[in-house]
Amino acid sequence: MTSEDLGPRLLRVTHFDAAAAAVQAALDAGARYADARVMHRRSESMSARNGEIEDLSQDEDAGVGVRALVGSGWGFYAVPDMSDAAARAAGTRAAKIAAASASVPGPATGLIPLPAASGSWSSLCEVDPLRVPLSEKADLMVGLTTTMREHGADLAESFYRVWDTAKWFVSSEGHRIDQRVRECGGGIAATSIGEGESQRRSYGDQFGTRGWELVTGLDLPGNAARVAVESRELLTAAPCPAGETTLILGSGQMALQIHESVGHAIELDRILGWEAAYAGTSWLDLAQLGSMRYGSSLMNIAIDPTIPGALGSFGFDDEGTPAAARYAVHEGIWVGVLAGRDSASVAGLDYAGSVRSDGWARLPMVRMTNVGLQPGPHTLEEIIAATDDGIFMDTNRSWSIDDRRLNFQFGCEIGWEIKNGKIGRMLRNPTYTGIGPTFWQSMDMLSSEVTDWGIPNCGKGQPGQTGHTGHPAAPARFTGVRVGVTG
Amino acid sequence: MSAELDLAGRVVDLVRRLAGSAAEAEALVDHTALALTRFANSGIHQNVADATTAVRLRIHLDGRTVGGSTTVVDEAGLTALVERTIAAVALTPVDPAWPGLAPAAPLVTEGAWDEATAMASPDERAARVRAFVDAAEGLETAGYCRTVYWSGAFANSAGQAVSGRAAEAAMDGIARVPGADGVARLGSRRLADLDGAVLGGRAALKARAGADPIELPPGRYEVVLEPTAVADLLANFALYGFNGKLLNERQSFAEIGAAQFDPAVTIVDDVTSTAGVGMPFDGEGTPKRPVTFVGDGITLGVAYDRRAAAEAGVASTGHGWPGGSAFGPVPANLRLLPDDAAPTAAVAGPAADGHTAALVSTMERGLLVSDFWYTRVLDPKTLVVTGLTRNGVWLVEDGEITRPVRNFRFTQSYPLALGPGAVLGVGGNAITPADSWDIFGFTGPSLRLASWNFTGGASG
Repeated sequence: MTSEDLGPRLLRVTHFDAAAAAVQAALDAGARYADARVMHRRSESMSARNGEIEDLSQDEDAGVGVRALVGSGWGFYAVPDMSDAAARAAGTRAAKIAAASASVPGPATGLIPLPAASGSWSSLCEVDPLRVPLSEKADLMVGLTTTMREHGADLAESFYRVWDTAKWFVSSEGHRIDQRVRECGGGIAATSIGEGESQRRSYGDQFGTRGWELVTGLDLPGNAARVAVESRELLTAAPCPAGETTLILGSGQMALQIHESVGHAIELDRILGWEAAYAGTSWLDLAQLGSMRYGSSLMNIAIDPTIPGALGSFGFDDEGTPAAARYAVHEGIWVGVLAGRDSASVAGLDYAGSVRSDGWARLPMVRMTNVGLQPGPHTLEEIIAATDDGIFMDTNRSWSIDDRRLNFQFGCEIGWEIKNGKIGRMLRNPTYTGIGPTFWQSMDMLSSEVTDWGIPNCGKGQPGQTGHTGHPAAPARFTGVRVGVTG
Repeated sequence: MSAELDLAGRVVDLVRRLAGSAAEAEALVDHTALALTRFANSGIHQNVADATTAVRLRIHLDGRTVGGSTTVVDEAGLTALVERTIAAVALTPVDPAWPGLAPAAPLVTEGAWDEATAMASPDERAARVRAFVDAAEGLETAGYCRTVYWSGAFANSAGQAVSGRAAEAAMDGIARVPGADGVARLGSRRLADLDGAVLGGRAALKARAGADPIELPPGRYEVVLEPTAVADLLANFALYGFNGKLLNERQSFAEIGAAQFDPAVTIVDDVTSTAGVGMPFDGEGTPKRPVTFVGDGITLGVAYDRRAAAEAGVASTGHGWPGGSAFGPVPANLRLLPDDAAPTAAVAGPAADGHTAALVSTMERGLLVSDFWYTRVLDPKTLVVTGLTRNGVWLVEDGEITRPVRNFRFTQSYPLALGPGAVLGVGGNAITPADSWDIFGFTGPSLRLASWNFTGGASG
């Protein structure tokens, strides 16, 4: 791949050469391993509010980030300059920073083997979102908010986001990989304001490694009136009752449930204590990998960055490991983690492949790729029909979980009573709370209707990074769940 | 003239040259050099730095508005930014709410600059980490030491042209014993103010005092919140309560002129204070100045950028963020004023400082809470927040810390927690705990509150 599609202005830059220069400079300065990523990203975002465009921004960033390993200490340096001189200076600086790390050494750091590879990969894209006329996109966004206002929303909002990223990776072990990842997504939200509270109902909020066809496929116009009406109805709906009940979650909320209570818990850097002071650790103990029961036998969670079009998909991770699928939880037993080459080495594992960075200026670290449920044997209709007394909740509104990823409390936008196998009255402010493994072990029905959800705002790391993660998810039923927690 | 101001001026000139003098244009140039040394398992495991210059441009032409940014700041990169932004303007709908550009106005402060902090080396950060680890005397430790400096400028076609620079340092770490962590966290304008040994020793003391915690039933408890926990209250007030856009949308609890807080509460936003962090002007070029949001319990105002201010019929308070129209204005330097007359007490236990210990000594039965974690808003209008305690909770009986307690989940309206009659004591020492996002500096003392709603224990 060349950078031609990203603008002839950057053709003068030989990106692999810049990355290679940075790596060589780090080696010359004493590193025993180094890698560098040159990245060029264009992004576009638009939001509309109550019939007007509120914000439109077209952004571009480009630079090189170098990672150097001196002894057992890592150093990283990044600059927004891909000239040979700047890249070399960055490599030297990264090695110098790594040397400073040695003054407070941790456990010996190694890297699991990774064969040298050259490769190229591009994500799916039928309609280049940056080539869709702005006027067409603006008309869509404004029209959506107009429809929601006409159907009772006090505050009607719509948005889309587009990222077009090219990256060139070189390592001192002979890797030379380029990738082009185009991501986009969008959604709508209607808010109705009451005397004591506000109620929000949204739709879409869906992202993937796909082109504009993802946004058009959401049928946002076909859902604008519905969300507005539902947000208004929620103001006078019955409050979610408090107590223990059978809980059915829609697939959108299941994606968030997987992200928070499985995805983060299986991050190997958390398990090893590398995130202890901030993001936290994990309740999982490596000694129990392969034997510990995480959930019911219906629970099959895959780590799979190869899913076409899902938001966490790639050809290679950000340290050059080819994408590969593996189980994290198989028939309810914990069997896999999200790992990088260094964390896998410390843990004694033989696989990596889940190291990513949110840009050239940030250190690659263990991140989710696509972490999601395999299909179950039921349908949502069957799940509801089989439930005598319970609550159905969907669409996340708030999320909070402890630093070991055990104790969670999630709020949804909307709920419905389930009585005698049928959907009953609407419920407002539905919340549920639980402890991860107890909750997952109570899953007794799982739908086959899987949606590949994308979450574009996963925060982790210091300095903070925003990750894009994918979560195949389907509606599911859980028993004995505490609901209706209020302030 | 700074290099950044020259760059901002050139971008505005280029817009006028290519789009004509009718174009309204503003350019914000930000150079940030961030370095962060991170440790875990008592060793440095991540050690990073970057230096980035970014240009953000906003153009309003023929009634339409578009923004854009780039880190490619050579002539070709800047020309591309200007050309694509001008091209985009013609394709967008009209923007009837355009508030106009910030008028020319002088700065109130030049920014907090400390050369030694700005130029700190990896070895200087590592030395503080070494001191923190050593002071924990064998306990497992984790955290970071950060230095950052900003050098920036703003220029627009209405004649505003300002520049400034600022620096910040922060250290945040925990020490660990099985089942309990202790925290010490401090931000400052000067790296020299951060003593790794003092912070590491404090974190270790708290960790040891937190060992073998008991589980108490959920319910309403009287509490003393340490400054690390109070900072979370201020962050949520900043994001949701004092956000003028949310007030315009009737999604903020704020009611100007109403006695919504206890008379002991005064909250200001002040980048000029010794605890202030960041540049002396906002993302729209408006000079930052001290603003009082709550005075003696009365809600006096909220933060505005130019767009939210125009909608409300008031002036910007200097709280605009680059590209922040959708989220609205957020004050980054909220400070809850300490009680100058508050008594102090010796620190013999896990309390953060003598002022916190003094508040604890007045509590008949309640909880001392070090830190909050993963707080999320359930309803912005009532600012009901759920989250968890972290890094140390202790039972207090008859003014004495008696037992460490396991973490709780809470669900609590933040304004009601500080409501009239709810604040039983304000500490005398306002601290700026290091914030993970270097753009924020929330400062407050310990608080003794009549009630906090714990809705679940650590085990569910």
